[in-house]
Amino acid sequence: MTGWPILSTIIFLPLVGALFILVLRGDDEAAFRNARYIALWTTIITFVVSLLIWRDFDSASADFQFVEKHDWISGTITYHIGVDGISMLFVILTTLLMPLCILASWQSIGTRVKEYMIAFLVLETLMIGVFCALDLVVFYLFFEGGLIPMFVIIGVWGGKRRVYASFKFFLYTLLGSVLMLLAIMAMYLQAGTTDIPALLAFDFPANMQTWLWLAFFASFAVKMPMWPVHTWLPDAHVEAPTAGSVILAGVLLKMGGYGFLRFSIPMFPLASADLAPLVFSLSVIAIIYTSLVAFAQEDIKKLIAYSSVAHMGFVTMGIFTLTTQGVQGGIFQMLSHGIVSGALFLCVGVIYDRMHTREIAAYGGLADRMPLYAFAFMVFTMANVGLPGTSGFVGEFLSLTGAFKANSWVALFATSGVILSAAYALWLYRRVVFGKLEKPSLAGILDLSPREIIVLAPLVVLTILFGIYPKPLMDPTTASVNKLIADYNKDVAMAAERRLAHVAEVK
Amino acid sequence: MSDALLEYAPLLPEIFLAVAAILLLMYGVFTTDAPKESPGWLAVLMLIATGALVVTQDFGTAQLFDGAITVDDFARFMKVLILIGSGLAIILSFDFLRDAKILKFEYPVLILLCTVGMMLMASSNNLISLYLSLELQSLAIYVLAAFNRDNVLSSEAGLKYFVLGALSSGLLLYGCSLVYGFTGTTAYAGIVAALAGSEHSVGLVFGLVFVLAGIAFKLSAVPFHMWTPDVYQGAPTPVTAFMASAPKVAAFAMLIRVVFDAFPGVAGDWQQIIIAVSVASMVIGAFAAIGQRNIKRLMAYSSIGHVGYALVGLSTGTPEGVSGVLVYLAIYVAMTLGSFACIIAMKRDGVQMEDISALAGLSRTKPMLAFLLAMLLFSLAGIPPLAGFFAKFYVFLAAIKAGYYWLAVVGVVTSVVGAFYYLAIIKTIYFDEPTATFEPMSAKVMFVLALSGIFTLFYFIAPGPLVAAAESAARSLF
Repeated sequence: MTGWPILSTIIFLPLVGALFILVLRGDDEAAFRNARYIALWTTIITFVVSLLIWRDFDSASADFQFVEKHDWISGTITYHIGVDGISMLFVILTTLLMPLCILASWQSIGTRVKEYMIAFLVLETLMIGVFCALDLVVFYLFFEGGLIPMFVIIGVWGGKRRVYASFKFFLYTLLGSVLMLLAIMAMYLQAGTTDIPALLAFDFPANMQTWLWLAFFASFAVKMPMWPVHTWLPDAHVEAPTAGSVILAGVLLKMGGYGFLRFSIPMFPLASADLAPLVFSLSVIAIIYTSLVAFAQEDIKKLIAYSSVAHMGFVTMGIFTLTTQGVQGGIFQMLSHGIVSGALFLCVGVIYDRMHTREIAAYGGLADRMPLYAFAFMVFTMANVGLPGTSGFVGEFLSLTGAFKANSWVALFATSGVILSAAYALWLYRRVVFGKLEKPSLAGILDLSPREIIVLAPLVVLTILFGIYPKPLMDPTTASVNKLIADYNKDVAMAAERRLAHVAEVK
Repeated sequence: MSDALLEYAPLLPEIFLAVAAILLLMYGVFTTDAPKESPGWLAVLMLIATGALVVTQDFGTAQLFDGAITVDDFARFMKVLILIGSGLAIILSFDFLRDAKILKFEYPVLILLCTVGMMLMASSNNLISLYLSLELQSLAIYVLAAFNRDNVLSSEAGLKYFVLGALSSGLLLYGCSLVYGFTGTTAYAGIVAALAGSEHSVGLVFGLVFVLAGIAFKLSAVPFHMWTPDVYQGAPTPVTAFMASAPKVAAFAMLIRVVFDAFPGVAGDWQQIIIAVSVASMVIGAFAAIGQRNIKRLMAYSSIGHVGYALVGLSTGTPEGVSGVLVYLAIYVAMTLGSFACIIAMKRDGVQMEDISALAGLSRTKPMLAFLLAMLLFSLAGIPPLAGFFAKFYVFLAAIKAGYYWLAVVGVVTSVVGAFYYLAIIKTIYFDEPTATFEPMSAKVMFVLALSGIFTLFYFIAPGPLVAAAESAARSLF
């Protein structure tokens, strides 16, 4: 922990890469190749540098680390960044997925490669910034700024209905977050600062908390996405290019859950306690309803998109149990889902690049011609189902444990969702990979290329590794989660005491 | 210099500019008739010199002519904005005017005279000086709107603006006379004194309503906005760029001064009016723009919407609100001039294009122009980290601080609706297939575009100085 501003380095390194690509001349294959390599190396270097944070991170501390603070708009709105146990791993997740995304777009993106790479690098800067921001205005800038590159990525390099999907994505998310912006302003005026550590310590009046909580909820619920504001997600996923889907599922959705953990619960504990049943209901509906919807899908990407909504239901449920297990389960589930759903979209991308269709019915019997692919796809399908031994199990198990402690009815319904997810995921796998390879169009399909193996292999390893040995992901989060829960319990207990005292006074 | 002359020193910039405009007129008349750029560049130099005179004034608040004119930090802030807007609008105009074969020396002269009027509007502290300066500004703009006199649309725009402008001047004068009748004075300070203590009469409120209606017309705030799309579309594009920037600032300066310096005693009354106008402008600006196919008409509705957002800040009636409005105006002027620079660059085979569909695939044919225009549009929509976000941030912050939560909610919801039509243009630029390319942009247009683009894109790095200047300007009113 020297004076070197390592977090700022990670945040702005991709931007430097983007600038390099910007000054590239020419519009030919050579320029495209250079752009790809610059993007790849930038993201790899960013990833390696971000590993230094993990190495130097003090897991025993619940405080913010690697903190940087500079004057910006005024004395109370500053450029303040840092990470704690909750946010650190999301930074790593982002930097891990980025090089894989660049590799996955190596051949499938053939037009406007420079702009594509610039959009991704800018997006990486903004995503890392979201997880590092320790000032609400800085957070909002990064959070909203991310809409622009994602809008362009879906709209320019997307599928047939890309315009519709990109508009829907943009306007849904914008509407949610402008309400959050108003809440941020109200908090600024109430507390006199937008500094997150200062706001974490600030007690907002109970009636104000409910409104602020709802405004933040409007933003995060759309981002997450929670039922019933999830409808933008299947459209965006289906139309986005493979790498766009990976980032969308892997990182952007996590901002919602991260927001709940960073803002909603610690800053508005009383409102969180009051409104947890609302979150539970929406989560359970999401888990069961979207699992059933996933059943009916004919499009592979759409099916995985709906399964993402269901899995995010587990996350919100786990987080709002407000137990250590639940919250840690939620975080773990988010990290695991980031890897697994990203990998699933990459798997879809592999066959889409070959066949240019995402219809489940167009496939079948791939195991014959693509054994390696079948293996990788199986690992991720199993992890998606939550099979013990894969990373998906740990998160689901912990959040369900938390749910049992909080409300056994919720847990009962959510657990039935696990069965449904097994059903649709296995059925998908059966229809795509097993059976006889009968379709003439598939007769010449090739197994994974070395590039695709490089993309998928690390994700297979991580999925199994974290399934068997989740400690590396659990340790850094423990201290921060314990503090979160302890603070929450203290606040709620104090409020209850105050209420009792008030009642006694009235009597 | 004698003391009598020194007394007028606070008004030196306006005096200088008025004399300069007259000299420029002489220069134009007595040199050859051939189209030339020199009067325009001279005008820009004069505006820069006037700006230097404004910023080097080092006294606090000064009053002239029995208080008819006030020069304070607020006036100086507005004057600098007005001068920047006028100067850049002249730079934008050269190529357009030459192509339209109307590159005449009268154009910069009219802009200079208009600028004198606008600067006096920012300083006027009396209903008479308010009316006179407003008319000086308006008359110049009537002529400018019809400057392309062989073009039917342009003449129609000029005529329409003149007739409706005369009507609104009538309303304003009627309001002034009512105020005079019920307070016995036209000086702002006198009106404040007359309102103090006693119950104010309904007649005075009537006067206030008429005064505000007249000013709202100049602001193109709903429901006095009907002329805007037609005039914006018909007027030559550089004139539209000019009308959308500096005169808006001047009208706001006048409005802010009237409500805070003359009618603080009836704040509750004018706040109601401003809030109604603001909400109506935001809503109409957002929804009516959706159906537009002509980019100048769309910018007209966009400017109506932006006036609505800026009025949110004013309706709070607080110093924070006023400084929010000032920040909003500064950023709005930058974004608007940049957007119009892009519109002027939409030229194909010597023909000026105005259809949004002409922008299709611009990102392929002109990546840099496409990027800057898209960035400006995102900024107009208020997406962070661009400057337009900060503009909205400060006015909504002021609204929340003053307790107008619902007004802020209306504001952000309409800005999401507004985002839709900006996105639709960006969609045309980035997602659609190119048809044909535009001619290369001239260096002058590029200069304005680059200036506004850099300001909009990098404003977030150092937002402090502008906010500090706006706060000190707002303080001088309270």
